[in-house]
Amino acid sequence: MSFKTIFKRLMAERLAFISFIFLGILVIIALLAPYIVPYEPFKQDLTKVMSPPSTEHWLGTDGLGSDIFSQLLMGSQTAIKAALFAIMIPLFIGVPLGILSGYFGGIIDDIFMRIVDGIIAIPAIILALGITSALGVNLMNAMMAIGIIFTPQFARLARGQTLQVRSEPYVEAAKISGAGSVWIMVRHIIPNISPPIVVQASFNLSIAILIETTLSFLGMGAQQPEVSWGNLIQQGYSMIDMYPWMMVYPGIAILLTILAGNFLGDGLRVALDPKQRKS
Amino acid sequence: MFLKFLLRRLLYVIPMLLITTLIVFSLILLIPGDPVLAMLGDSATHEKVEELRRQLGLDQPVMLQYFHWLNNAIHGDLGRSIFTGQLVDEALMQTLFVTMQLVVVGMIFSIVGGLFFAITSIYFPNSWMDYVARFFGTLGTAIPNFLVAMVLIIFFSLKLNWVPATGFTSIVHEPVSFLQQIILPGFSLSLAGIAVITRHLRSSLMETMDADYVRTAYSKGVSRYQAIFKHSLQNAMLPVVTTIGLLFGTMLGATVVVETIFAIPGMGQLVVNAIGQRDFTIVQGVVLVMIVMVIVINFITDIVYALLDPRIEY
Repeated sequence: MSFKTIFKRLMAERLAFISFIFLGILVIIALLAPYIVPYEPFKQDLTKVMSPPSTEHWLGTDGLGSDIFSQLLMGSQTAIKAALFAIMIPLFIGVPLGILSGYFGGIIDDIFMRIVDGIIAIPAIILALGITSALGVNLMNAMMAIGIIFTPQFARLARGQTLQVRSEPYVEAAKISGAGSVWIMVRHIIPNISPPIVVQASFNLSIAILIETTLSFLGMGAQQPEVSWGNLIQQGYSMIDMYPWMMVYPGIAILLTILAGNFLGDGLRVALDPKQRKS
Repeated sequence: MFLKFLLRRLLYVIPMLLITTLIVFSLILLIPGDPVLAMLGDSATHEKVEELRRQLGLDQPVMLQYFHWLNNAIHGDLGRSIFTGQLVDEALMQTLFVTMQLVVVGMIFSIVGGLFFAITSIYFPNSWMDYVARFFGTLGTAIPNFLVAMVLIIFFSLKLNWVPATGFTSIVHEPVSFLQQIILPGFSLSLAGIAVITRHLRSSLMETMDADYVRTAYSKGVSRYQAIFKHSLQNAMLPVVTTIGLLFGTMLGATVVVETIFAIPGMGQLVVNAIGQRDFTIVQGVVLVMIVMVIVINFITDIVYALLDPRIEY
């Protein structure tokens, strides 16, 4: 299937289409955020503490008079950045390791898979906390930790897919005609195992945002002047009895972004499945 | 035969434990620079630095350090907290029971909620209840548990004043206030679980409801109620057993967030505070205990699955 037909099939799914548009807008906002924010995200204005939404401050201000709308926009940048960075680590480390392990098999494969099983057994948040506490608490390390958590999942997926593809007739044919291992892996295995990996990656973008906001909420992720939706909710939490709706906007932002990522993943799964030929 | 199967599974668990403990141990290697200085801060005296270095065994080769640490850990000695000087295993014992109470409640909510939504959704297909179940199944995994927790606090504690917002009483001390205080944290912990169980059980039930033996049962005149409860559910639950086992790990991780928000003095809160204080021995201890618990639960899940599924031959 060409890229164009896949895209067409993806856009035919209504929810996936809406999610795609939503995430597209979000990425644009994230890129432009530093230039379009009406105020500096943490600029204090103590004359306007906790003001309700107005034409001046669209979503009101927080306990120090900072503009919530501006913080929200900057938070989108953190979320998108964290998700994209975190997904690169498993794609560039986990997937190749999985392919190699599955392709060559043997004792290395056994050991490798035991290690992968071991890491997967550790609850994601716990491992992330362990890694960030060791590396030092900041957004970069949180993103690294999320990437490390994803890596064994992708290695396992890539290995399983490689095992299936390895015995396909076209791989056998390539082997008989004298193709080297590297050639087979790059030309035959990677293209054929990529659909499930792409689907998994799109789901993991959502999970990355979920973990990033959770870590930031706990104070283990983004630190000022970085803004994360998780931090904003944490701020709202500290004023929950006086100003409970301060956390509504970042909450909605997180929820919609994660839902959009999930729907896009569902759509991709259908679009990339050659068995489902929808008109 | 079953014993042989049990032993084989057990043999699989041991390397798993070795690998995960090695991972926990090597977390200390990730600390940039001198971990001892990083833990104690720059103001520490030379003697104190050397003492901690010896205590952690950091003056020895890495593998030796690992075996030394593992040997101590097996004997229940996880060192002392760097911050408070308390024995790590003591701190863990104090908090473990609290966290277990929370997780068990979360698990009960997840299973009951998941069963309820999945069964109503299958019993009344395409009704509003079906849509509610499907909506819940999608939303439940997308909504972060700290958000759920705060929405619950705002409505049920601050607005309606039905239950206290924070705090914890152990079930052995005062069961009534335990129940009052555990409802909100238990529910925030279980939302994702309810969603996952609903989704899996629903699709698994859909499959079994189409199976030949259920169709045969229908043709013999059983009601839809009987078809679900007497014929389908038992088989449909089988794959969900694995889901429930895996859920345990996720939930254990989520207690970190839930305990922080609801001020529950469990392992999650312990580890969050320890990270703030750079108390690395505590972090190691908590991570270790959680991992061992997850591996043990996975082992039990495998065994339960094998016992329930007559097709598995040992």
